[in-house]
Amino acid sequence: MRAPGTELPICLSDVTVETHGVTILDRITLALGSGPPTVLIGPNGSGKTTLLRIAMGLILPSAGTVTWGGRESVAPVRRAIVFQHPVMLRRTAAENLRYALKVSGRLPRKMYDSRIAELLSLVGLSEFGDRPARTMSGGEKRRLALARALAGDPAVLFLDEPSASLDPAAAKVVEDVIRTVAARNIKVVMSTHDLGSARRLAGDIIFMHRGRVVETGAASTFFNEPHSDEAKIFIRGDLLV
Amino acid sequence: MLARRLLIAAAAAMLSFPALAQDKSIVVASTTSTQDSGLFGYILPLFKNATGISVRVVAQGTGQALDTGRRGDADVVFVHAKSAEEKFLSEGFGVKRFPVMYNDFILIGPKSDPAGVKGTKDIVKALTAIKDKGASFISRGDRSGTNIAEIKLWTIAGIDIGKDRGPWYKEVGQGMGAALNIASASNSYVLSDRGTWLSFKNRGDLEIVVEGDKRLFNQYGVMLVNPAKHPTVKAKLGQQFIDWLISPEGQAAIADYKVNGEQLFYPNAHDRGA
Amino acid sequence: MEPTVSAFQLLLAGDPALLAVVRLSLIVSMSAVGVATLIGVPVGASLALTHFPGRTVVVVVFNALMGLPPVVAGLAVFLLLSRSGPLGSLGLLFTPPAMVCAQVVLVTPIIAALTRQTIEDLWEEYCDELTAMNVGMVRRVGTLIWDGRFSLITIVLAGFGRAAAEVGAIIIVGGNIEGFTRTMTTAIALETSKGDLPLAIGLGVILIAIVVLVNALAWTVGRAAQRYAG
Ligand SMILES: Nc1ncnc2c1ncn2[C@@H]1O[C@H](COP(=O)(O)OP(=O)(O)O)[C@@H](O)[C@H]1O
Ligand SMILES: [Mg+2]
Repeated sequence: MRAPGTELPICLSDVTVETHGVTILDRITLALGSGPPTVLIGPNGSGKTTLLRIAMGLILPSAGTVTWGGRESVAPVRRAIVFQHPVMLRRTAAENLRYALKVSGRLPRKMYDSRIAELLSLVGLSEFGDRPARTMSGGEKRRLALARALAGDPAVLFLDEPSASLDPAAAKVVEDVIRTVAARNIKVVMSTHDLGSARRLAGDIIFMHRGRVVETGAASTFFNEPHSDEAKIFIRGDLLV
Repeated sequence: MLARRLLIAAAAAMLSFPALAQDKSIVVASTTSTQDSGLFGYILPLFKNATGISVRVVAQGTGQALDTGRRGDADVVFVHAKSAEEKFLSEGFGVKRFPVMYNDFILIGPKSDPAGVKGTKDIVKALTAIKDKGASFISRGDRSGTNIAEIKLWTIAGIDIGKDRGPWYKEVGQGMGAALNIASASNSYVLSDRGTWLSFKNRGDLEIVVEGDKRLFNQYGVMLVNPAKHPTVKAKLGQQFIDWLISPEGQAAIADYKVNGEQLFYPNAHDRGA
Repeated sequence: MEPTVSAFQLLLAGDPALLAVVRLSLIVSMSAVGVATLIGVPVGASLALTHFPGRTVVVVVFNALMGLPPVVAGLAVFLLLSRSGPLGSLGLLFTPPAMVCAQVVLVTPIIAALTRQTIEDLWEEYCDELTAMNVGMVRRVGTLIWDGRFSLITIVLAGFGRAAAEVGAIIIVGGNIEGFTRTMTTAIALETSKGDLPLAIGLGVILIAIVVLVNALAWTVGRAAQRYAG
C-alpha cells in the first residue's frame, strides 16, 4: 500500500487540443483524484487517447491548463503509461524491465533481478524472461508493457485500451493485473471503447464524444441512470454517430 | 560501451603502425622513372645497410617533386630536369645541386611504324616526321622531367608544340607507366626513359624506334632542400644520402643495377658540369 | 605479359612485402573507420535528436559529403598537413596517420549521415515510450545507439568498404612510399602504371575478397539482428 502521493489530483481546466485546424479536445475541464479506476469511454475517435496523453504530460494543450497535485510541472510526477501498441526495446523481456528499473533509479541495483521476476510473474510472463521482446505476440507485449510501466513504481498508471483486441483469456489476465494495481492504491486511468470492460473495472466514468466530455460520474450511476442522450445510446449498444 | 571498445581498438591499431617511432629516415621526392625502373629498390637497401637510414621515396613528376621540396614536405629532391632544378636553387629552396647519373630517353612506337622513323638515330627528324604524318603521339603532359625533355626536343625540331599540335598529339597528364599503357592500347608513339620501358610489361605492339641520339641523354641531379627555408628538413641525414650517392660506393651501386642484363643508369657524379 | 609471379603465389608464400601492404591497408582503413565511428555515430545521433535553426542545412551537407570525391578529401588533408600548411608542424604528411586522417574525412560523413537516418527512424518509434519513461537526453542517445547497434554495425562496415577501396585520397597524402605507406589500392595503381597488369589484378582480387568478406559479415550480422530483435 502506498501513501497518498502529491501527484493527485490531476486537473484539466478548459483544455483544448487542436491540430491542423481540427479540434480534437474541446474545452475539457475535469479532475482525476485518488480512488478506484477512472475509465474513459466513448466511441472511436472521441478523444480518449489524446486526453490520456494530455494527462500524462506527453503533449501540451493548445489552450487551457493542466496541473498535477497543484503544480504546473509534470516532471516530478511518478506516472507511467501503457500505449495501445506498446513499443519494446530490442532486448529480452527481462532486459526491457531492467531498463525501466534503471531509468527510474528507485531501486538498489542488487534488487533488480528479484523485482524483474516479481513483475514477470505478476503479468503471467515468468517463462518469457529470455525472449526477445519484439518477437512476442501483441497480447504478451501489452502485458510486458504493463509490467514495465509498474517497474517505475508509479503513483498514476495510464492505460490506453488495455484489453482491446485481446482474446478473452489474455484480457482476463490484463484486467486482473489492473485490479491488483488498483488495490495497491495506484491510481488507474484507462480508456476503453468496450462497455463490458468498463463495467467490470470502473469506479468512475468519463464519457466522451467528439472531443468533449459529455458525462462524468460514479460507474453505477452512469450505467444505471445516464443523463445524456449520447450516453443512453452508447450504453444501449446502438451506433452513436 | 561499444564506443569504448572501438576507441581501444583504434588506439591499438594506431600503435601498431610500422616504424612510426623516431627512426632514422628521410623523405626523398623523386621521379616515377627512378622508382618504376626499380633503381631505388636496388640501391636503397644498400644505403640502409651502410648508414641505417631509411629512405622514403615519394615518386612524382619532376615538377611535382620540386614543388614537394618547395613546400618542405621532402628532405631531398632527386629529379631530372636541369633547368627546373636550377630555378629551384635560384629561388633558394635547394642548397646545392649534385649531378648523380644519366640515363637516356628512347622513342617508342608501334611495330607498324606509321611515321616511318625506324632506323634513324636522329630524334629531331623522327619527331618532324611524326608531326608531318600526323601519327598518334602520347605526351605525359605532367611537367615531369620526361615531359620537359620532350617539349625541348620539339622546340629543337622547330615545332612550337603548344601551337602546332593537332588531334594526333594527346596529353595524358599521367606518369610514365600510364603513358606507356595508353600508347600500347592506342598504337601511338611516346617518349620514354629506358628504365621504365625495360621494366614495363604490358608492351603490346610497341618497340623502340629511335635511340642513341646525344640529345636524348637525361641527367639526374640531387639537392638537399634548404633548411634555412624549412627548418624541419633533416639536413644531416639528407646530406648523408647525397654524399653516399656521389661516393664511389653509391656510384658503383648505380652502375650495378641492371634489368634483363642491361645497365639503365650511368653514374657521372665526377662530371661537375653535368 | 605473362605474370612472373602472381599476387596469390606471393600471398600464399607469405611474401613479407605483400603481407605488409595488406596489413597496412587493413590497419589504415580500420583505424580510420574506428575514428570516424567515434565521431560520426554521436554526431549523427545528436543530429537525429536535436532541432536547431539550420539543422536541415547540416543534414543536407552531410548527405552531400557522402559522395565526396576521395581526391578532394586527399587534397584538403594534403594542404592541411603539408609543412607549409596550418598543421605542417605535426610532420604527418607522407605517413600512415596522414592516410588515416584523409580516410576519416571520407568516412565520417557517411557514418554520420547514415547514423542520423537510422537513429531518426528509431527515435520516431521510441519517442513516446522514452518520453513517457522520462529518459534523459544522454541515456536517450545511448539507448538509440545500443538498440540500433545492428544497423550501425552495417553502416560502419559500409564505411570500411569505402575506406578500403579508395585510392585517390591516400595516394596523395601517403605518397605511396614502398614499405611505409603503400597499400593494396596504391600498389594496384602503381603496378598498373608499370604495366604489370597480372600483379595489379591479383592485388585487386585480394582486395575484392576482403570487401566481399566484410559484406558477408554485414549480412550475417543483419540476419542475426532480425532473428534477435525482430
Ligand atoms: N496527431 C494528430 N493529427 C491529426 N488528428 C489527430 C491526431 N491525433 C488524433 N487525431 C484525431 O483526433 C481524434 C481523436 O483521436 P483519439 O484521441 O485517438 O481518439 P480515441 O482514442 O478516442 O479513438 C480522431 O479523429 C483522430 O483522428
Ligand atoms: Mg485511442
